[in-house]
Amino acid sequence: MSTSNSLTPNSLTIAAARDALRARELSAVELTEACLHAIDAAGALNAFVHHTPEIALERARAADARLAAGDAPAMCGIPIGIKDLFCTEGVPSQAASRILTGFRPEYESTITAQLRDAGAVMLGKLNMDEFAMGSSNETSVYGDVVNPWKIDDRKLTPGGSSGGSAAAVAADLCLGATGTDTGGSIRQPAAFTGTVGIKPTYGRCSRWGVVAFASSLDQAGPMTRTVRDAAIMLEAMCGHDPKDSTSADLPVPDFEAMLEGDIRGTRIGIPAEYRMDGMPDEIEALWTRGAEMLRDAGAEIVEISLPHTKYALPAYYVIAPAEASSNLARYDGVRYGHRAALEAGDGITEMYEKTRAEGFGAEVQRRVMIGTYVLSAGFYDAYYNRARKVRTLIKRDFDQVFAAGVDAILTPTTPSAAFGLGAMAEADPVQMYLNDVFTVTVNLAGLPGISVPAGLDRQGLPLGLQLIGQPWGEGALLKTAHALEAAAGFVSKPARWW
Amino acid sequence: MSTIDTDTARKVAKLARIAVPEDHLPALAGELSRILTFMEQLNEVDVEGVEPMTSVTPMRLKRRDDAVTDGGMPERVLSNAPDAREGFFAVPKVVE
Repeated sequence: MSTSNSLTPNSLTIAAARDALRARELSAVELTEACLHAIDAAGALNAFVHHTPEIALERARAADARLAAGDAPAMCGIPIGIKDLFCTEGVPSQAASRILTGFRPEYESTITAQLRDAGAVMLGKLNMDEFAMGSSNETSVYGDVVNPWKIDDRKLTPGGSSGGSAAAVAADLCLGATGTDTGGSIRQPAAFTGTVGIKPTYGRCSRWGVVAFASSLDQAGPMTRTVRDAAIMLEAMCGHDPKDSTSADLPVPDFEAMLEGDIRGTRIGIPAEYRMDGMPDEIEALWTRGAEMLRDAGAEIVEISLPHTKYALPAYYVIAPAEASSNLARYDGVRYGHRAALEAGDGITEMYEKTRAEGFGAEVQRRVMIGTYVLSAGFYDAYYNRARKVRTLIKRDFDQVFAAGVDAILTPTTPSAAFGLGAMAEADPVQMYLNDVFTVTVNLAGLPGISVPAGLDRQGLPLGLQLIGQPWGEGALLKTAHALEAAAGFVSKPARWW
Repeated sequence: MSTIDTDTARKVAKLARIAVPEDHLPALAGELSRILTFMEQLNEVDVEGVEPMTSVTPMRLKRRDDAVTDGGMPERVLSNAPDAREGFFAVPKVVE
């Protein structure tokens, strides 16, 4: 597919828009209006689920005033979408769940507050899988998100759980979007939509005010159209937050400045264990091509081994549901959100049970119950503690490779391109979980990972490559990703059908 | 292979405080069993002497003074409650 979108302000990169705004060639109000118009015309994608045009225009006017005064951080006047998982003051924030129907937080998440204070313009809230549990955006109470990429009559998934964020960025509805990633929820949808998504090191971005799924794995990050834009937006999202005890008290580098220079001498590891049985030839070929591109750019390619890779997915599907079952215990119909209608004689236990049965969708219920089971007396050691030990081994694999001098690791982002919505409806839940096979290791080890669009498959759908970096090494990782992006030269856009 | 029977599924649903109709329990038990079977690959790993991970980044949690820094906003705390009365969350009668 080639581009058929006309060059309107909403299709600018963040970097180009920032420069145009600072040069006063474009106003934040004009840019915001272009995005609002694009959103109104894109209802078929079902990406934006709560629209906030009044907030957007008010912030755009404020951004224009700052730009006129010469006080404009990089994100000032940049229209963005916010995943529904982020609490935004006075604006519905329901994690795409029925159980948070009507919830309007009295507070703003740290990340969205930082973006707001940097002058970014919130256009609205973005669709996602319910409580970020899903890989296809089919578990949302708002209905499926549709991928702007289309090759036949089928509607394709944008991936999940940050499917609305990925679709909105790919379709030029906003210049960037927030995502969150617990097992691949930024990187997999980025790969499915030809966009860039980075999950930072665990602790880099504050989790305060982000609806919790699995607290030891959750991490927010930006979703953008280019690596440079990811660097710009990530910088605005990072930083120490006393309200999140796991937030790292480290200086935030100038990530954009770190893109400069070449990657000569960078050692890129290719892990043998990611060559899975039954992996499509196209994915394998793309991976090989990616390694060649990095070698041509001056990197040294080395074969590495991460022996416990195979056990990452089962370990993840013990740990994440266990933490979710604990985190989601707060949805009890007492303090916020939905409460079931009760019958005469119903007590508080019936209220909890009916509220949660009505409020949680099937996948969330399944994971809460699996988590409850693996944490229950008699099974805690056999499942939960064993999974945490395997997690230690998975992290050790990475530690050893980095200690041996590897700077970054190259893998495919996903085992396939985007699939049809509904195509997995009859499949076992475990089949859907396999989408995360290349991405969950990174969450378990707390590492930064980025997906870069690297090519199209035979059908014309985008494919991504993942680069995994050292802890706190987002700057070096973005630089390598920037080199890969330049070499891959991915410029395709979905042809507009919506 | 691990199997969860209908009784165990009923018990798990009860512990999770999710009402599951009796006729859905067999299907739920089957789904949970398949997921557990998938997890049992972990039994192949030698974890002898390995510490379970508690923190993925080797950082010491920050300490702070144990002091009240926020509060005095009952209306805002209660603003999203399905049922709030006289400055309290209201729930069905707990004690007869």
